[in-house]
Amino acid sequence: MPQSATANILTVLDTDFKGIIEEWLGRQVKEGVKRSDLFSDAESRNQNRELLKAFSKGVRDGVTGEDFDFDDNQWDDLRAVLADVSRERVNRGVTPTEMATFVLALKTPLFKRLESLQDVDQGVLIRDVMLVTRLVDAFAIYTNEIFIVEREQIIDRQRQEMLELSTPVVELWDRVLTLPLIGTLDSARAQEVMENLLQTILERQAEVVIMDITGVGTVDTQVAQHLLRAAAAVRLMGAECIISGISPMIAQTMVQLGIDVGTVSTRSSIRTALSDALLTVGYVIKKTEDQ
Amino acid sequence: MAGVTSINLVEHALLVSIQDDITDTEILELQDRLSTKISENRIDGVILDISALEIVDTFVGRVIAQLAGISRLLAADTYVVGMRPTVAVTLVELGMYLPEIRTALSLTHALAQLRRV
Repeated sequence: MPQSATANILTVLDTDFKGIIEEWLGRQVKEGVKRSDLFSDAESRNQNRELLKAFSKGVRDGVTGEDFDFDDNQWDDLRAVLADVSRERVNRGVTPTEMATFVLALKTPLFKRLESLQDVDQGVLIRDVMLVTRLVDAFAIYTNEIFIVEREQIIDRQRQEMLELSTPVVELWDRVLTLPLIGTLDSARAQEVMENLLQTILERQAEVVIMDITGVGTVDTQVAQHLLRAAAAVRLMGAECIISGISPMIAQTMVQLGIDVGTVSTRSSIRTALSDALLTVGYVIKKTEDQ
Repeated sequence: MAGVTSINLVEHALLVSIQDDITDTEILELQDRLSTKISENRIDGVILDISALEIVDTFVGRVIAQLAGISRLLAADTYVVGMRPTVAVTLVELGMYLPEIRTALSLTHALAQLRRV
């Protein structure tokens, strides 16, 4: 009797669905990847049940002959469940190895049951085992891919947050803004800083901007160029720009590199820059009484 | 269509509002009108309001610098006001730092500067 390639696998899945889940869980415990510290028994069992259900649906509809393509619609369910489970696991700190082993642990229970099927000849068994291997492997590879995508999204989000956090524009006084630059100033960040700064100038109608580079480790030609471009853009908008926090070391380097700041005013400390800025907008800082 | 760009007298200064859809010929014609007006009325302040300008290229950038240069030669203090952040970034990226022009945040700021003189 000609049989479809997945018939035996489906029989196994249908007859002992619960047993497979339990054994799968058992294998995970044995491999040390169950992470009972992160997931309760009920949660793990639930995840496994959903995954296996979607898996058998995929096997039923998504395998033609002995071929299958994980990108087909028939595997939609599995991909969706997998995405959920992976996301959950990434968030709780499961490692990629654990995640892959977790999926691969499904092989053993399936093999065992295929082996114990009645009236199956050797050739068919080998064919079935090979198909299961390919299916579960694809399953595991896909899991890892999702895992990595999830991680990348987290990294992306954090980078974005860092960019926003590291470029705060602070209003020091009416019409006086300061931009404390910290760390390294690469092109992407310089762009972000400049746009942020110009937008704030527009919103606050600021007249003076102090760019403080006390926290910038090194000033090379590229960093200097970014700073001067920002200063030029600030001036074009009609505000004045003061670069402060130029340490003796940085001053020497800048001169040695032949960096010409042109008409941009520079100050050694933010303190002197602030008093200049306040003077420009018409304030002075005075002691309340002689002491 | 000529004459879209208006030149108005505000206090003792000429206010030139440049529109976003200004064409190259209009800009050149504007230079003409502006210089005539400055010398005829003995104006001592010119304010170029470019807040409506959303897109600049090197031509527009150069014309702005030229308008400012002409006014200054005719002894009128010239301010470019209301430049948008995106325009400022574009000009800087084009390498047009325009060091010779004077800028102010807004019309009010420019007027205050002019009054101070």
